[in-house]
Amino acid sequence: MRAKIQGRVYKFGDNINSDIIIPGRYLIYVDRERLAQHAFEMLGEGFPDKLRSFDILVAGRNFGCGSAREQAATAIQGLGIKAVVAASFARTFYRNAINDGLPIVECPALAAAVKEGDEIEIDLEAGKILFSGREFVFPRMPDSVRKILELGGLAEYLKSQLEQQSNAT
Amino acid sequence: MTIAEKILAAKSGRSSVTPGEIVEAYPDLVMSHTATWRSAGVMQRVGATKLYDPDRLAIVLDHISPAKTEKYAADQQTSRNFARKNGVTKFYDVDAGIAHLVLMEAGHVVPGDLIVGTDSHCTIYGSLGALGTGIGYTEVASVWITGKLWLKVPESVRIVLEGRFPAGVYAKDLMLHLIGRLGADGCSYKSVEFYGGSAADLNVSERMTMTNLAMEMGVKCAFFPPDAKTAEYLRDKLSDPARYHPVYADPEAAYEQEIPVDISKLEPMVACPHEVENTKPIGEVAGTHIDQAFLGSCANAKYEDLVVAAGILKGRRIHPGVRMIVTPGSKKIMLEAMNSGVLQTLLESGGMVTNPGCGACAGDGGTLSDGEVCLSTANRNFIGRMGSNKSQIYLSSPATLAASAIRGAIADPREFLNR
Repeated sequence: MRAKIQGRVYKFGDNINSDIIIPGRYLIYVDRERLAQHAFEMLGEGFPDKLRSFDILVAGRNFGCGSAREQAATAIQGLGIKAVVAASFARTFYRNAINDGLPIVECPALAAAVKEGDEIEIDLEAGKILFSGREFVFPRMPDSVRKILELGGLAEYLKSQLEQQSNAT
Repeated sequence: MTIAEKILAAKSGRSSVTPGEIVEAYPDLVMSHTATWRSAGVMQRVGATKLYDPDRLAIVLDHISPAKTEKYAADQQTSRNFARKNGVTKFYDVDAGIAHLVLMEAGHVVPGDLIVGTDSHCTIYGSLGALGTGIGYTEVASVWITGKLWLKVPESVRIVLEGRFPAGVYAKDLMLHLIGRLGADGCSYKSVEFYGGSAADLNVSERMTMTNLAMEMGVKCAFFPPDAKTAEYLRDKLSDPARYHPVYADPEAAYEQEIPVDISKLEPMVACPHEVENTKPIGEVAGTHIDQAFLGSCANAKYEDLVVAAGILKGRRIHPGVRMIVTPGSKKIMLEAMNSGVLQTLLESGGMVTNPGCGACAGDGGTLSDGEVCLSTANRNFIGRMGSNKSQIYLSSPATLAASAIRGAIADPREFLNR
């Protein structure tokens, strides 16, 4: 995980559910590129390919609501998206994003201020987003949770924990 | 402390906790369904070989059951082998039914327990006073190995129910009313506790419907405080009756808000495409043509739900333009419905009955083509969830579903009562 994430924004509205992000019939895949081929396809023509030219998704309230499917975060990463900023997240998506190593930021003010194509820079370490010369602050994650994200997700975190344990014994 | 605070304190070895705090908690049960093979893959990938405690695992192969492609078959085989190799005794194969209902029927859900699982509708375990909440498959693997996970202590909300349901109005209508009123994130990250005179009147099946649907307003968990009905439900189910130790909120517990609801004022409700919060009273959508009626899902395919639908369908025929798919929630429910004649009524009325499981709600059969409309008793009507993104899903109670299947269009169940 990079401390600073910069790029072009694609903008979604409220209540983007995880069935939209990745329909249930594709959960047979685990590979992120394979999942990404079907991400957001329920939204119709042009999806998901038009998202590939953007770097950061910005959404309204309750992003990732619905099913607890972890592949929602995986599929977004497969599209080359580097972070998601939303006014708020559903709790299952929030956890899954961290566990999948996808940086997420809750920042209602930024979500309201940007539109498609805008350039923003997220500074995860400082807890702020730069947009058009303005600073938007957001609360930093607890250190224990950030650690998972920094290592690239829960599987990598677990692996490092297990390695530490076996080295200790 | 509230119920959620008490359970999270107990499971993290603390004397007290406050909302917003993060605790390391040890769940009593970790449920995994069709996703089990993925969690097993994660375990292999991280190089773990030992489970924290195999007795805390429960595995139910409920989505896409039995397998419909070789890929599903291979994945299910991976899950079976994992259970066998690791000595997981709470293993239920593709014949058993929907994980949530199977685990509650088997006595694996006990008041005061902390239960996590690969399904957002784990909130249903609160119908018996357990804290149930959904997590992803990697996190399930993590809990399998380490026995624990981090959880934020949620704020709690009291929903106080008073009055009696008018005829034709059910627990599903109450939840659709609440979701419409509060929104899809109306209780985001919150723990909801149901109280009031009518909460005590509701049977366990109705409580299951409500704690299940509570997920659709964003809750972390939802509870009915255990009472005589809970004890009665669990009486012959617990292998060790001493495990029954209900957790209640303290009289001075702090709630973020209290929401009173007079259920005697409610009408049958329908959630319209493509969000559950898009609810309308039956009068505003009556007459909407339907092609398919799905009586199933963890929300409304319990025995009591099938009885309600059969009560309306008895001696009547469904509309020739409607396919009515009945998917009982579990084998036990199916057997009960078979023995009581309920299945026969549903079949004779023109419906078809599938094997128990998640069925069409999880996209296993009953797929919709462009322009088709399905009325469903499930908990989600998201775009494309049952097939084409040009199809439409409406949600209702089993009674509204039965009435609508007869008419061939969304219909008010009250037209079929007392006749």
